Amino acid sequence: MYRYDEFDHAFVAERVAQFSGQVARRVSGELSEDEFKPLRLMNGLYLQLHAYMLRVAIPYGTLASHQLRKLAHIARTYDHGYGHFTTRQNIQYNWPKLEDVPKILAELAEVEMHAIQTSGNCIRNITADPLAGVAADEVDDPRTYAEIIRQWSTLHPEFSFLPRKFKIAVTGAPSDRAVTRGHDIGLRMHRNADGEPGFEVMVGGGQGRTPILAKTLRDFLPVDQMLSYLEAILRVYNQLGRRDNIYKARLKIMVESLGVEALAELVEAEWAQIPDGTLDLPIEERQRIAAYFAPPSYVDLPDESSALDGAIAADASFAAWVESNVHEHKQPGYAIATISTKPHGGIPGDASAEQMEAIADLAEQYGFGEIRISHKQNLILPDIQKTDLFALWQALGILGMSAANAGRISDIIACPGLDYCNLANARSIPIAQRISERFSDLAREREIGDISLNISGCINACAHHHVANIGVLGVDKKGTEYYQVTLGGVSNENAAIGSIIGPAFDEWQIADAIETIVDVYLQQREVGEKFIQTYQRIGPQPFKEKLYASD
Amino acid sequence: MSIRTSRIPAENTAQAITANRLSDGSVIYLTAKDNWSERIEDCQSAPDPQAAKVLLHQAQRHAANGHVVGPYLFKIEHENGTPVALGRREIIRTRGPSVGTDLKRPI
Ligand code: SF4
Repeated sequence: MYRYDEFDHAFVAERVAQFSGQVARRVSGELSEDEFKPLRLMNGLYLQLHAYMLRVAIPYGTLASHQLRKLAHIARTYDHGYGHFTTRQNIQYNWPKLEDVPKILAELAEVEMHAIQTSGNCIRNITADPLAGVAADEVDDPRTYAEIIRQWSTLHPEFSFLPRKFKIAVTGAPSDRAVTRGHDIGLRMHRNADGEPGFEVMVGGGQGRTPILAKTLRDFLPVDQMLSYLEAILRVYNQLGRRDNIYKARLKIMVESLGVEALAELVEAEWAQIPDGTLDLPIEERQRIAAYFAPPSYVDLPDESSALDGAIAADASFAAWVESNVHEHKQPGYAIATISTKPHGGIPGDASAEQMEAIADLAEQYGFGEIRISHKQNLILPDIQKTDLFALWQALGILGMSAANAGRISDIIACPGLDYCNLANARSIPIAQRISERFSDLAREREIGDISLNISGCINACAHHHVANIGVLGVDKKGTEYYQVTLGGVSNENAAIGSIIGPAFDEWQIADAIETIVDVYLQQREVGEKFIQTYQRIGPQPFKEKLYASD
Repeated sequence: MSIRTSRIPAENTAQAITANRLSDGSVIYLTAKDNWSERIEDCQSAPDPQAAKVLLHQAQRHAANGHVVGPYLFKIEHENGTPVALGRREIIRTRGPSVGTDLKRPI
């Protein structure tokens, strides 16, 4: 885990003090809402439908157990006893009081966390592969670089007022679990012919009303030149990005209109202006940061665990959980466990203070005290001995968090939608609840297998519906909620944007429509085919025919 | 909770003023006593656009003095003499999130 240095501590403390003063002046009437709003947004504080919402950054989705306990404490003390994990690997509190927010920020600072740059036209929280450092297929731990980018981008004076918000994702593995092509900049680490590590740099991805997948700007950027190259991209964007039209202000629109080759030339020219070595970190500094992410002291274990094999054979429910929620670890004898926040009928991404505290305990008892937040709104325990998986699963069962559905149809990503969000057109959570209840039969979920279903309450697409195998978008039609379905989206290394299948469904039809889609897949699939493979083979027509049969 | 009723209000429906309270963001309504209440039942109704304009002006004065944020007009109707919100967004603001959860205390 990265630990704050003096600079980090000082600036976060300074921000807390500043914001306390700003809140006091707002409450006394010295500041108007127009004056205060940009200040609160700079500290992650939004005003939603029913209350304020505080968005707290979880850098690259990595938390230490004491930090998760603090998040639980904040939920209990200042909120309604729960928090909501988001697709940006952040946590949101839905009910803080204005006067409590400075206290919350001070408490967060105690555990080296903050809410800075979780809003506004700046570089937002850096996201990363939630399996960073432990995935068997990884080239290198991307968090070292995510942390370097975090330090560079935090309060960067030149990039505090960009044309629009700016999102960067980093992965160190060929399997993309960080939706890198869905970000303004995606960095994917790989090795060149000489075995040196570098990044494929992808630019201009984004969701929202104009979903676009990032294009490769550079195949190989040596890791030691990362910051100067990022700086060059940001400078070009800062100069040429459209500030006149909010819908055209993202980097993706600039990449579309300029073309990626022309952008590459501009970036190279800008890059050439940055004197060598003025920005990029010397190797010692990189090593210093990398040391924070050094592997924990794993015990030498055989990869096979007879205790695990025995438990799998003896308990079918546990076997199902292992099948869907346990991922291969790079270290023999260890495993990665996904804790689903999505019990059937539950609210995706929500966790109570008690659940968070219990997970912090489990992370210490069975792991090295580390927890990850995935963009799928689940929690991950990265270092569990295989022998301990059964005990962990039993403990999760007591917490109501042992749903065996990671990567399955009820592992729905859903944004807060119209139940909370000021920008929403339609509700997403109740739709997710209804659909997940519809698929609550474990045998059926296993039969359906790997699939992704994401639901956004408006075209801002916070729930990444464009890149879901089945995407659901809430729209408003003359005052009634309708749900538009897209099929064929993919969020991994083969990223694809889904296509609208036909007219939208109302809130009472949408669960049936999803079932129809699943039925078509089950009827049409060939042996071993996942949903997306069947869709790519047979195309939309068979789904359309069944969905709109009676029209 | 089902929110099936969200008819499109006709042009000349009654309106009222809602805002968020500065201290906690709570949904509040401007009352006949030029005060604010968390209960929509207490709202002052403006039967026509002229009366609505006056109400909005009044609410904006409150906003300028602090304590309420972003007042605006929304459409209402009366059921047995009690004002109720029209439109899904305002219905949800009146009732709180429609999602049943044991993670949330009732508001
Ligand atoms: S997708 Fe729309 S409704 Fe959902 S959280 Fe984002 S802005 Fe709000």
